[in-house]
Amino acid sequence: MVVDNALAHFRASTAAWLEENCPEPMRGAGWSEDEICWGGKRWQFTSDAQRVWLERMAAKGWTAPRWPTEYGGGGLSRAQDKVLAEEMARIGARTPLERIGLRMLGPALLEFGSEAQKQRYLPPIVRGEMRWCQGYSEPGAGSDLAGVQTRAEDAGDHFVVNGQKVWTSYADKADAIFALVRTDRDAPKHKGISFVLIDMESEGVSTRPIRLISGKSPFCETFFDDVRVPKENLVGELNGGWAIAKYLLTHEREMIGGGARGLLGGRAISSILGDSGIDDPVIAADALRTEVDTLAFGLTMERYKDAAEAGQGVGDASAMLKYAGTELNKQRYDLMMAAGGSSALTWDGEGALAPEWLRTKANSIEGGTSEVMLGIIARRILELPA
Amino acid sequence: MSAAAPASLVETDDEALLRDAARGFLAGADPLARLRAMRDEGRATDPELWREMAAMGWAGVLVDEANGGSAMGHRAAGILAEEMGRTLALSPFTSSAVMAATALAGRATDRLSAVAAGDLSYAIAVDEGPKHNLATTALAASRVGNRYRLDGCKRFVADGGAADRILVLARTGGSPGGADGLTVFDLEADRAGIERTRRDSIDARDAADITFNGVEATGDDVLGDEGNGLAAIAPAIRAGQAAVAAELAGLSAGAFAMTVDYLKDRKQFGVPIGSFQALQHRAAHLWTHMEVTASAIAHAGRALDDDADTAQLAVSLAKARAADTARLAVAEGVQMHGGIGMTDAHNMGFFVKRARVATEWLGDYGHHAAHVARLRR
Ligand SMILES: Cc1cc2nc3c(=O)[nH]c(=O)nc-3n(C[C@H](O)[C@H](O)[C@H](O)COP(=O)(O)OP(=O)(O)OC[C@H]3O[C@@H](n4cnc5c(N)ncnc54)[C@H](O)[C@@H]3O)c2cc1C
Repeated sequence: MVVDNALAHFRASTAAWLEENCPEPMRGAGWSEDEICWGGKRWQFTSDAQRVWLERMAAKGWTAPRWPTEYGGGGLSRAQDKVLAEEMARIGARTPLERIGLRMLGPALLEFGSEAQKQRYLPPIVRGEMRWCQGYSEPGAGSDLAGVQTRAEDAGDHFVVNGQKVWTSYADKADAIFALVRTDRDAPKHKGISFVLIDMESEGVSTRPIRLISGKSPFCETFFDDVRVPKENLVGELNGGWAIAKYLLTHEREMIGGGARGLLGGRAISSILGDSGIDDPVIAADALRTEVDTLAFGLTMERYKDAAEAGQGVGDASAMLKYAGTELNKQRYDLMMAAGGSSALTWDGEGALAPEWLRTKANSIEGGTSEVMLGIIARRILELPA
Repeated sequence: MSAAAPASLVETDDEALLRDAARGFLAGADPLARLRAMRDEGRATDPELWREMAAMGWAGVLVDEANGGSAMGHRAAGILAEEMGRTLALSPFTSSAVMAATALAGRATDRLSAVAAGDLSYAIAVDEGPKHNLATTALAASRVGNRYRLDGCKRFVADGGAADRILVLARTGGSPGGADGLTVFDLEADRAGIERTRRDSIDARDAADITFNGVEATGDDVLGDEGNGLAAIAPAIRAGQAAVAAELAGLSAGAFAMTVDYLKDRKQFGVPIGSFQALQHRAAHLWTHMEVTASAIAHAGRALDDDADTAQLAVSLAKARAADTARLAVAEGVQMHGGIGMTDAHNMGFFVKRARVATEWLGDYGHHAAHVARLRR
């Protein structure tokens, strides 16, 4: 057993800090999507505790524990980050802030952004002051993402953007969007795409919410009608957006794969079922399998983070993490619905499982479908012929 | 509160070197060809191959340096087991170098050093019925004065036909089904009254029923404390389960590698069959299954090295996952090979059969999944 004194000290001081600073209402397992703090200029905190928890964590940079301190991050090592996560899980502390800015745009800016872009955008993301949405998909460009048609025309010191995005999660609540736009219509489709940042308050941007089967409207159609976008909002090279898009997708896929709260920090599914007094051999057997798969998948997320720390990028294997994690999450929710019986069939009431269960159906679609993930594994990792 | 640095699930440099060395040696030794030849000749052991492995120190991977081992630990043992699984290399590694070495650690040092040198082999005789279960042990060790008399039968003991010695779990008290009253005896295999019958195992390996007909033993033959045999044998069983899990993970990878090669090689409709999306997706799904299991295997080794007494959850998780993955890997392996995969001339069948046997050894999927659920509650 490797006993590391500095780390032991970090664990002790972290535990003490969390004990003192994590408000009681921000602790405890089993919280729903409604209780997530997304931040942003227009964010209405659902409680004082939620606000205080975000402010305290952001002040330490612990909303983005691994980002460099110069951009407001926590500057933690992988081992310290693991300890922080463990100590948060121990007291059931909630994630203070989610996640599109932190988990998707942030890593892409750290890798591809200019120094000015990092200085300008990263600290507000850490503090939860700027909320982002992702403008990738279009009506004609889903799995075939490189087919995006929204175009950005060069107009001297700015671009003029026209077109439509779809399935843009939280576009109506976000402060800004990172979007894939076509900047060269004559180039092969992967080579004419640029990655731009657009203020959602710009003139000509409008959104229309789309209602989901879960009853909620978290995503929108987003329209761009002669929108002026300053050239300084171009990330990376002109027509070099596809590489950034793909890099960001690997982070998105890792996030979606491991993202379901219940998956990693949650209670044992067998104990949830045990407490409900169900006596059904099929449900019991499904619960065993789900339990085994959940633990093994959690270790796989850990193993890939360890590998990343050791300098081996996750890369295409993020497709595997996404495929395994999302299919597993759907399996868990199917099981919980079966265990809940008629008590899980209402929109409101105890736990309101049904909307979450319905929402999980999207896990294997958003961020690239399971079929697309399997294709990536087959061709890029297994090198099977086209 | 633990002050330990959370151990990385990635291999250390030493472990990577060990894997490379093992893979290199096994590639040259061609264990699959040896297995086929042995099967055809009706031989169930390959002492020559084991001697070479022992010469590289594999038999002493868990033994302390004072007894001639390298004490590299359970993760390292798992890496060796994985590499042997990948090539279906047959050896008494798990029974002797993992289980016996764990049971003997800190006890009978002359035997331990002989195990570490590969000069002494063991079989672990615990199960009496068709499924793994220590508590149902009925084999009686009755007291006769200050001696014992063993009567009963152990079934399908892995490496039981050729082992030099046998660790046998017997009942000195309590009743079958109870965890108390069990005692472990460490006996030479040719002691009077011990009768071994080789079973014709589908995987062509050494498995034997071992009957004890009034076998005499003394207190000197007891390993650990009388009546507390479970404590004496459990660490060995746990280590063995982790090693078999690792073997199964390696076996899956071996079957998968053959399958992927075939997908690139075999042509139908004028194109490689690996260009068909249906097969690509099945292969990708299987690879995902293997990746998730690989994490459970690495974790089990780390958990055993960190604190063996609390590692059962990690080990059961590994064995359950490995069994599940191996089932899928060999089933898909045959299917994606088409007719050739069903022939005896093709090696895939050896993987199918070994997967089934190794899955049963020391507890199958259901046994370990139930353990996981119980330990998590
Ligand atoms: C809840 C939710 C949130 C989302 N949020 C966002 C967001 O914030 N921003 C954003 O840009 N997008 C977002 N998306 C869009 C998402 O990325 C797309 O839905 C996804 O990429 C699939 O595209 P599509 O819907 O056009 O389906 P299609 O691509 O039309 O796919 C239909 C079916 O065909 C299959 N298919 C397609 N191509 C192949 C192929 N080559 N081989 C085999 N099967 C294939 C698919 O797997 C799927 O089963 C979101 C989607 C959902 C459901």
